[in-house]
Amino acid sequence: MKKFIRIISFVCALLIVLGAVICFGAVLQDARHDNREAHLLCGYYDTTDPHDVIFIGDCEVYEGFIPATLFEEYGITSFVRGSSQQTVWQSYHILAETLEKETPRAVVFNVLALHYGETPLEAISRMAIEDMEWSEHKLDAIKASMTDEESLLSYFLPILRYHARWSELDSDDFKHAFDKHVDITHQGYLMQTDIDPVDTSDTRKPDDLLNTALPKRAMEYLDKMTALCREKGIELILVKAPTNSVRYYWYPEWDAQIVDYAEENGLAYYSMVGKDEEIGLDWSQDTYDKGLHLNVFGAEKVTSYFGKILAENHGLTDHRDDAELSAIWEERINSYYNERGEK
Amino acid sequence: MNFASFEFLAFLAVLTLVYFLVPKKVQWIVLLLGSVVFYAFAGFVSFFFLLFAIVISYITVQILGKRIESLKKYLEETKTTLTKDERKAYRAKHKNTSLVILCIGIFVMTLSLVYVKYLSSMIGFKITERGISFGKYALEIMGISYYTFISIGYMIDVYRERAAVERNFFRHALFVSFFPQLAMGPISRYADTGEQLKATHSFDAKEAWCGFLRILWGFFKKLVVADAIAPAIGFIVSQKLGGIYFILLCLFYSIRIYGDFTGGIDIVLGSAQILGIKLPENFNRPFSSKSTAEYWNRWHMTMGNWFTNYIFYPLSLTKTMQKLSKWGRAKLGTGVGKRLPVYTATIITWLATGLWHGIAWNFVVWGLLNGVVILISQELNPLYEKFRARFPKLWNSAPYQSFMAVRTFLLMSLIRVFDCYCDVPLTFDRFFSTFYTFNIGEIFKGGLLELNVSLTQYIVIAVGIVIMTAVSRLSAEKPLREVLWGKPILGNAIMAILCIAILVFGSYGLGFDASAFIYGGTFN
Repeated sequence: MKKFIRIISFVCALLIVLGAVICFGAVLQDARHDNREAHLLCGYYDTTDPHDVIFIGDCEVYEGFIPATLFEEYGITSFVRGSSQQTVWQSYHILAETLEKETPRAVVFNVLALHYGETPLEAISRMAIEDMEWSEHKLDAIKASMTDEESLLSYFLPILRYHARWSELDSDDFKHAFDKHVDITHQGYLMQTDIDPVDTSDTRKPDDLLNTALPKRAMEYLDKMTALCREKGIELILVKAPTNSVRYYWYPEWDAQIVDYAEENGLAYYSMVGKDEEIGLDWSQDTYDKGLHLNVFGAEKVTSYFGKILAENHGLTDHRDDAELSAIWEERINSYYNERGEK
Repeated sequence: MNFASFEFLAFLAVLTLVYFLVPKKVQWIVLLLGSVVFYAFAGFVSFFFLLFAIVISYITVQILGKRIESLKKYLEETKTTLTKDERKAYRAKHKNTSLVILCIGIFVMTLSLVYVKYLSSMIGFKITERGISFGKYALEIMGISYYTFISIGYMIDVYRERAAVERNFFRHALFVSFFPQLAMGPISRYADTGEQLKATHSFDAKEAWCGFLRILWGFFKKLVVADAIAPAIGFIVSQKLGGIYFILLCLFYSIRIYGDFTGGIDIVLGSAQILGIKLPENFNRPFSSKSTAEYWNRWHMTMGNWFTNYIFYPLSLTKTMQKLSKWGRAKLGTGVGKRLPVYTATIITWLATGLWHGIAWNFVVWGLLNGVVILISQELNPLYEKFRARFPKLWNSAPYQSFMAVRTFLLMSLIRVFDCYCDVPLTFDRFFSTFYTFNIGEIFKGGLLELNVSLTQYIVIAVGIVIMTAVSRLSAEKPLREVLWGKPILGNAIMAILCIAILVFGSYGLGFDASAFIYGGTFN
């Protein structure tokens, strides 16, 4: 009898530990959910309609291109699959995941992240990846993004990563621990309505480049993206969103390499750097953080400018006459304006 | 491979599974292969030094063993033909030659240790893609102090005919390299583990459960208490804070080294216990000691035994010491003459103990201070005895017993603080600051929270210390885990609580960098 009690109590203890690991992990992981940038990728899994264009990339993508504006002005259906400091290897795996679900006409990849040869910040990288649904692509994205200090196990058991946050927990963390991630974007676009103009008194100059070559690893993943799109018959378009920041200075040496790459691979490349006048950008109005990122007003101008390029140069169909699609998108556009108007 | 890691737990789980699944007669081979795999993580150079120690100790032991056999055989054959004196003379001559062989073996082993720990920073080497590169590359060889001492101890025991000679090279290799004891001890003797490692073992649920609980307990002490207080120690030392902070440093460092070292040993002994191997205990409730001498009989016991058996006793019995005693009696009186060899041997032994920890002045001072304090304590013993005889009730009362334990704890904490600064003048300077820096008020005005440890962490550490103290008291007669084995529901509930506490409150993963063991890292 004692042997039986021993075995049963041992198994129960293991189950309690397992349950606690899962529950505490979920609660502790949830403690970062106040951060809006932790909810950028999840919205895509709920969409069922196909898209003409998929935008892939970092902050310049999810704060620079507005699918609602693109449909409203050009009838192009699109979705933004961007995340904070998204590295090229993350972009590749997110793209592979996306292309398993649908085959868009074009994929637009913002090239800023090509200057990262390794994952810049574990916390930000992890925040993005954890918003993905579990699949082989997520696993590949984790493996490609992991820093030396990380363990793969901690992605399966979040308690191993977030346990130190136990003292910061509040009741909300317990309340929403098992809630599904909430999509706070507009088809992947994260709206920013504040205005914080570029500081014109900041006369800092960008650092000199020690090595002008874009990292090999980043270029290898760009090759993979090119090959994947080619295999699926999708046009890959390279783009560089406008920049007005010393912190994210886009060096001409980098740009020249992208131009060469695009030429060698028969890809279109549009750099919007230095085209503020053409786009109509006013950095005293169109940024919410002193020129580091665009606000909604700047993003609308960039989307209008780039939408015209997509429509004219890449022959994308105008779906505004399609009643069914228009109905879906009208709802999305209304939601977009609701938030834009509210703020 | 760090003991406080998932890699180690996974390694142990796989090894245990294989160990109990293979035919029993090859279990020792599994242990040897496991030790090789464990050691392979430390790199090729580390593996080379371990192999060197195994080969040297094996050759020495074999020669000594053969000589003992041949001596016995010769004496047996000449039983009737040689006189008693002739036999005695032959034995002495034979022993002298064996002693030379033993000394050569010890010299080579010690040379290897001295080279790695002290000389490699001047004339070291490293292996690169282009080959071997020589220069000032201080070598970090995992466990070299431990396996060198284990090997030397075994060679001496064989010479003294107190241990059997292991003829099989691979079994000998297993005795020297058994993986749990390589990183931080214990320093086992052949009598402790030699036969156990050769024996076959069946899976024993009690041993496995108790071993697992002991591992968890080790993780708790290490990750929840010791590593949590580490940032405060680092801050006080780096900022060279004085006054009340120096006293806090003494206390915090004692807590840390206790949790770290005893926790690590719990993981080591628990791992071996799961495999059915009982390694010697290294701690016996050291902070309950009432005197320094008692403390050193309870703290790092296998190291203390090693130095006592292989340095203190042989040194005390040398002819030089006998001459010193004779000289002392003649010149300084009987009392001093009687004490002189013991005291000299004590100081030399403690100096050697200090140098074993590292070749630095702080270790020299630490060793000498321990020796001096023990000798003063011995000198004061008659006074204590008089006091005890005069006030037996007071002596035996709980408050006085507690006072003695606290006094010993504080004294040892003060001596131990030399580890923290690694700078003797600075340590003395900070110590004297307690006499002229009156900043006790600061710790009540938020000073404690500025030491990189939050209030919630202090609470967890305090609860951890209370639990550690309670477990220590409850384990005085019999280890608590063995008591809990008899109460399965309570035992398994405690196991679950320990697991959860470690996972939630433990200092591990990103943002924490204290997971390496102090003794496993510094005193390799």
